[in-house]
Amino acid sequence: MKIPIEKYIRTKRARKETLLGIGFLLPSLIGVSIFVLIPFMDAIRRSFSETMTRKFVGFENYRVVFANEAFQLAAKNTGKFLLVCIPLLLVLSLTFSVLLYSVKRLQNVIKTTFLIPMVIPAASIVLLWKVFFDEYGLLNKIMIACGGTGTDWMNSNKAFLVLVFTYIWKNIGYDIILWLAGLNGISESIYEAASVDGAGSLQKFIYITIPNLMSTLFIVTVLSLINSFKVFREAYLIAGDYPHESIYMLQHVFNNWFTNLDIQKMCAGAVLVAIVLLGVIVLIQKLTRSDKEEIV
Amino acid sequence: MRNRKHKCKKSSCLIYMILLLACLLIWIPIYMVVSGCFMRGEELKEYIGVVLDQGNGYVAWPLLPIYPTLKSFVELLFDAPQFFVMFWNSCKQVLPAVFGQFLVAVPAAWSFARFRFPFKKFLFYIYIILMILPFQVTIVSSYLVLNHLHILDTHLAIILPAIFSTFPVFIMTKFFKGIPEELMEAARLDGAGEAYIFFRIGIPLGNAGIISALILSFIELWNCIEQPLTFLRDKSYWPLSLYLPQISVDNLGVSFIASMIMMLPAVLIFLKGQEYLEQGIVASGIKQ
Repeated sequence: MKIPIEKYIRTKRARKETLLGIGFLLPSLIGVSIFVLIPFMDAIRRSFSETMTRKFVGFENYRVVFANEAFQLAAKNTGKFLLVCIPLLLVLSLTFSVLLYSVKRLQNVIKTTFLIPMVIPAASIVLLWKVFFDEYGLLNKIMIACGGTGTDWMNSNKAFLVLVFTYIWKNIGYDIILWLAGLNGISESIYEAASVDGAGSLQKFIYITIPNLMSTLFIVTVLSLINSFKVFREAYLIAGDYPHESIYMLQHVFNNWFTNLDIQKMCAGAVLVAIVLLGVIVLIQKLTRSDKEEIV
Repeated sequence: MRNRKHKCKKSSCLIYMILLLACLLIWIPIYMVVSGCFMRGEELKEYIGVVLDQGNGYVAWPLLPIYPTLKSFVELLFDAPQFFVMFWNSCKQVLPAVFGQFLVAVPAAWSFARFRFPFKKFLFYIYIILMILPFQVTIVSSYLVLNHLHILDTHLAIILPAIFSTFPVFIMTKFFKGIPEELMEAARLDGAGEAYIFFRIGIPLGNAGIISALILSFIELWNCIEQPLTFLRDKSYWPLSLYLPQISVDNLGVSFIASMIMMLPAVLIFLKGQEYLEQGIVASGIKQ
């Protein structure tokens, strides 16, 4: 007699929770469905058919996209960009936050300084970058004054470096803030205990700081990934639809396909990008999360 | 002992040097924008015209404006009515969008953080993917929907998709998860309903998350370029973020002061809200 009642209560409670959960989520879910999910399903359907005749063509569109040279170049560049700039940003921002954590004076001024690039309008950055990185810009002027030779930063394969720099410059502040929050969350007593046991600062960093920052790592990586796609704004405003081939990104391809109304390619491409990103997210989550912590 | 103190000081000096050098990389460009505001267009053209395909030699920049003037400011104020139209457009697009996000994303995040229901994890993964997908990748689907709803070339084309952005949901969920479950249980034992718990415990304790998500959204929307370029063919709806890219070389003076004015609301909101940003997505989860 006892077990069925308990079970009844549990299922009743579960049902109530389900209802509440869906109720709170509903407004968002409806909007997301209308504006993104359903259109995306439609894109999936289109990716398997011909736009005009709506005839099912199997993986033909995907084959075309894979064979497309612009897509190959852009996918390679985007992958390279992500693999270079995200680890670099993570390491640099963590280093700076540890440095910043250790100083007392000026901490707030420095923190605020690092955050400011986030709010500088993309178009202003573009103008400033022209002043710095143009063939006749300040950077070359300085390099020549120091006895070096100048390069045309934006119109050579150095453009890639400029883009990486822009990304780091713009996003390091936010990542530092997140790391600092993580550092503040580590209890001082753990460090003290380790000191008593004779641990040096490097040992403390490796065995205490790093493991305790793992859950921060997930969110910092995800946000850095989002922001890495946003550098396109600056790239686009500086160099337009067809920049130097070292910074020809997936966004350029999609933009140009959109201009030419290449719907089939865009839909197949969008599905591919979504699948790859899903894989990346699952991977990041597996790498950074301990078993006890669920994603939601 | 004495030796050690000395060593400590030396290392902190080094740390300050590294940090301040990095800060210079930010202060110098900002100083250039600020000092550029006080120069006449012709003066600016003389210094940096070469990078805009006018003039020759290398770029130069004076340490201080040689003939400080407010001429550009006056020009923007009186000769650029378009600037104000676009500023107003930006407000009309950004403010409703952020307010809408607040109404929609807060309950959604509460749902993800607090309740168990079927497919929750699956839905959350979808939300994460949607938040990361670059705008250009979903451009066709968005365009077709907005076209279908007949809201292309209206402010709604920017506002509505922004309201249902999944980014604030993601951020707020992290904060709501940091609120200890015991608080909720205690309130339930006292007979509090779910609405009461949401409004009286969830929102107040999660406010750092709500505010930081909305600040980030504001900055994002205030600077958005691709969406209005794609969805607003009619330039009379263009927001301020598109004013700067279309300034010509002859109006260089105006472009600096316009940059400043455009940055101002975002900077103010940022400085006001910085402490909320700093309360951190992660710390709230660890400390309990």
